[in-house]
Amino acid sequence: MRYRVPRYVVPIALLIAAVVAGPIFSPYAPNAQLDIIALRSQPPSLAHPFGTDAVSRDVLSRVLDGGRVSLSLAILSVGLSVVVATFYGAISTMVGGVVDTAMRRLLDVALSIPRLLVLLAICALWGALSFPALILLIGLTGWFDTARLVTDDLRTLRTQEFAMAAVAQGVRGPRLLWRHLLPHVLPTLVINASFGVANTIALEAGLSFLGLGIQAPQASWGTILHDGSGVEQSAWWLSVFPGLAAIFAVLACNTLGDALRERFASNHVQRLLPASPSSGTVRP
Amino acid sequence: MLRRALLRFAQGAAVVVAAATIAFLLLHLAPGDPATALGEGLSPELRATIRAQYGLDDSLATQYWRWLQTLLHGDLGWSRAEHRSVAAVLGDALPRSLMLMGCALTVSLVGGMLIGAWQGARAGSRADRATSLGLLIVYSIPEFWFALMLMVVFAHHLRWLPATGITSDLYEYLTPGEQRLDRLRHLILPLTSLSLIGVAVFARYQRLAMQESMALPFVRTARAKGLAEPAVRREAWRAALLPVISITGVMLPALLTGVVFVERVFSWPGMGYTMIRAIEARDYPVVSAGVILGSAATALGAALADIARDFADPRVRSA
Repeated sequence: MRYRVPRYVVPIALLIAAVVAGPIFSPYAPNAQLDIIALRSQPPSLAHPFGTDAVSRDVLSRVLDGGRVSLSLAILSVGLSVVVATFYGAISTMVGGVVDTAMRRLLDVALSIPRLLVLLAICALWGALSFPALILLIGLTGWFDTARLVTDDLRTLRTQEFAMAAVAQGVRGPRLLWRHLLPHVLPTLVINASFGVANTIALEAGLSFLGLGIQAPQASWGTILHDGSGVEQSAWWLSVFPGLAAIFAVLACNTLGDALRERFASNHVQRLLPASPSSGTVRP
Repeated sequence: MLRRALLRFAQGAAVVVAAATIAFLLLHLAPGDPATALGEGLSPELRATIRAQYGLDDSLATQYWRWLQTLLHGDLGWSRAEHRSVAAVLGDALPRSLMLMGCALTVSLVGGMLIGAWQGARAGSRADRATSLGLLIVYSIPEFWFALMLMVVFAHHLRWLPATGITSDLYEYLTPGEQRLDRLRHLILPLTSLSLIGVAVFARYQRLAMQESMALPFVRTARAKGLAEPAVRREAWRAALLPVISITGVMLPALLTGVVFVERVFSWPGMGYTMIRAIEARDYPVVSAGVILGSAATALGAALADIARDFADPRVRSA
């Protein structure tokens, strides 16, 4: 049988290639002001395929450079979220009892507080945040839904026969968690992380668009959009190209997540369970 | 049923208290105090007096308790930038946001359910897959970018619709009929940009639920009885409505996120626009009250959605 490259790999591979090889293709330095008089706010041309901005920087170079920032921010903060969520879910399930109930209720509450409003408030109160601070902020406010999935999965897995068999053989605590339970949560985590990266790219673009995320002069898709806001009509290329880049990245991550979910069923844990005639929860 | 509803509201109240606590902590952990806001050249004595006047020397617990008490009295503070009470500022803004969000939720629900049910009834077909791909693309577009593009095309370029605001400048001078039309014209672009993603989300859920429900035994029974296919689908759809109702509550925070950006782009003077303006003006009381009020609105909406789900589901209702 011939091996076929899955279709969802194409956009994500393109994305990674564009970002990793960006500096090689990037025609100019992202922050270089080429000619503040003659090359100011030029529409797309052969020399500047995405045009130039109000201080004559090449937009294509900035989109490529900004992609590195947007993507690394998204990946690092989602990575942080996943780690925190896994620890939270593991502690909640392994300790059990009152602690478990309390930790679950706490998650419900945290999930109902609109994240964006909190992020806006923090950005407003602390002013300009550095890149690591932004990663911490986005990562530490974004793990609640993942933690809920982990907790749900672990709780179901613990009652499975293989887990009980392990317990019967004397496996306890961390070993039970690491060797027997968490490997089955991995698909959920990976699927969730790819959707998380997609969401975080959009979130960063939004925050920076408002002038609150990544700070100038560092380019990110959001900051270029911020530069373009107010001049959407006269300098449309500042809004259109970084937006399209962000949509492509979000789409690539969402496609990956969708494909992974289809591959591993709607939920890996559900596949371990006997099929029920009607599953009550739908998680598209 | 009543017990569940009460429990749900208690949880909503917990959310509001948590939001208030977060707002309090943020305000207190943030650098600077009211004395710093007055400028640099303050003598240490004057600074101490101001700190004492604001009660900033009390223990954190005392200050927290006082903060909760004033909140419970409905006192949200004073907006330094707008020179009026925060309650008045947000009281103006909240209905405008709720109106926009309510319309968007309705459009998203109806549109998403129709598209999703249509897809679910023919799951796996070419039309279904094409629609799914289209919805995934729509779902990946950030609201504010879509809003920007709509504004550039329909307001700036084609000049069909107004770009900003909630009414025209000459609104007062229009006849009541024209006023209604004017408001509608201002609503179209923000509503479209806010609803689009909602449509995609609801359609994705509805499609899956419909697909599952079409495979259930009662649908086969309906077919075996000789029911026409449209009637069969109607029956299956009824069973596929519950998951969609239950995600409405989950959608609310996302809708709130969307409304902040859409209001910013279209200068729609609602909660989101007010919050962003307050952030730019460093008007902290408005920012923190916005966090609390936004959380309260989401919590209330989510509680109502859950109760509606319980009410619609006979299996839970009888319990």
